[in-house]
Amino acid sequence: MTIVYEDRGDEATSDVPVNRIRFTINGQKKIAEVEPRLLLSHLIRRGLGLTGTHMGCDTTNCGACTVLLDGRPVKSCTMLAVQADGHSIETVEGLSGQSELHPLQEGFKQEHGLQCGFCTPGVMMAAKALLAANPSPTEDEVRWALSGNLCRCTGYQNIVKSVLWAADKLRSSEPPASEPPASEPSGAESRASAG
Amino acid sequence: MYPSRFRYEAPRSIGEAISLLSEGGDEAKVLAGGQSLVPLMKLRFASPELIVDINNIPGLDYHREDPDGTIRIGALCRHADLERSALLTSRQPLMASAAPLIADPIVRNRGTLVGSLCHADPQGDWASVVTALSGHLVARGPGGRRTIPMTDFVTGPFQNALAPDELAVEAVIPAPKGTLAGGYLKLERRVGDFATVGVAVALETSDGTVTRAGIALTGVGGSTISATEAAEELVGQPLTAQTIAQAADLAAAAARPRTDHRGSAEYKRHMVRTFVVRILSRGDGEAAAAAGGNRAANGDAAGSGDGASDGSDASGGTERAA
Repeated sequence: MTIVYEDRGDEATSDVPVNRIRFTINGQKKIAEVEPRLLLSHLIRRGLGLTGTHMGCDTTNCGACTVLLDGRPVKSCTMLAVQADGHSIETVEGLSGQSELHPLQEGFKQEHGLQCGFCTPGVMMAAKALLAANPSPTEDEVRWALSGNLCRCTGYQNIVKSVLWAADKLRSSEPPASEPPASEPSGAESRASAG
Repeated sequence: MYPSRFRYEAPRSIGEAISLLSEGGDEAKVLAGGQSLVPLMKLRFASPELIVDINNIPGLDYHREDPDGTIRIGALCRHADLERSALLTSRQPLMASAAPLIADPIVRNRGTLVGSLCHADPQGDWASVVTALSGHLVARGPGGRRTIPMTDFVTGPFQNALAPDELAVEAVIPAPKGTLAGGYLKLERRVGDFATVGVAVALETSDGTVTRAGIALTGVGGSTISATEAAEELVGQPLTAQTIAQAADLAAAAARPRTDHRGSAEYKRHMVRTFVVRILSRGDGEAAAAAGGNRAANGDAAGSGDGASDGSDASGGTERAA
């Protein structure tokens, strides 16, 4: 868990401000040392090696980098990693259990909701937040909730079908409203160092 | 893309934030939702030396109504909070219609109304809404607090009237005296784009007569335009096809649109007129039809909230309304 910066020679490394943050990612508690300008997306991808969160436009448009911050979808390219201090983050890697796919992942498979797949992780995280708040969305509500996520392949038709498929599955699966178990119980804090 | 290096502080109180801002002077920047500031820093259009993140200051995420009807929006109240607000839905039609049209749903989870006003983007939607409502901002600084009317707050594109050591803590919408009406309509090429044209209309009526009106325009000038002549034309009058048409013409005349990739100046001016007619004609389809609003037969057709375009006027983009 290391991030390597270019040695520009003119900047003493001791001058680089570093902040220590504590956060939870996909149920695991972490500590990281981050330079304040590190973006949350970079902490996730490079620092934690969770490359399921994609960087698309890098300008707050496309939504490929969407993750859940305390359950709410946010664009991780538009948040500083240091701002995650004390918060809980969920990425696409946190969706599935040890062996089973999350109903959303299954839905995208069943309804052919992806082609190149680049936007898919962000779409699924936005969809997860939608279904948590509204287990029975209409097609319009799905489209509205996903309007911050751009897809250049599918024309959105099958994405919408996939999310509705997942909504059906989640409603029909046993005790509703119970949170899926965290991907793994982590006793020891693993230490993440970045910057 | 990375921002350039900066020092990061996350104060726990307004007082602490103000002393940090005093210390940082012109090189300090307040970070609230960050949905404009962080992209600007990544593009290196902004390179502040000190970031004062106010997200850890408790008690700023409110929006509430005072007993007299004044609405107050704290510096950390997110667009999404306003979008889901029962208070705005029942008490503030203009703000309720604008909230779902800000950026996109994910950005709305972070971005704040007060931050949007401070950012002073000439194409910012909230600036028009708060201008039409004759709102003001409350700033706190080392010398105490002061109130700045929205019309004086924006001093230029991306510039506001705050001193470097002042923090905008809330936006205030004065209590209405009559029955509230109005709304916000926005034409955009796609969800999340800046407005090609946005029109905010705030209206107070009493016994069918307009007692107060505010009209403000987004995206059709170098900054938010307050169409004061158009608004004044309505005061003291009932809403009829004639008064609506006159106000719409004056609002269109107040616009100073420029031709760009979002549309021609002529088209934008036409849309200002059309939007004013549509907003003022809600619930009065006859008047709108007579005034020339070609969607007026639908009355509130723009209120479907699904972002669909009927292709008649909004040929250059998608009209969204909630």
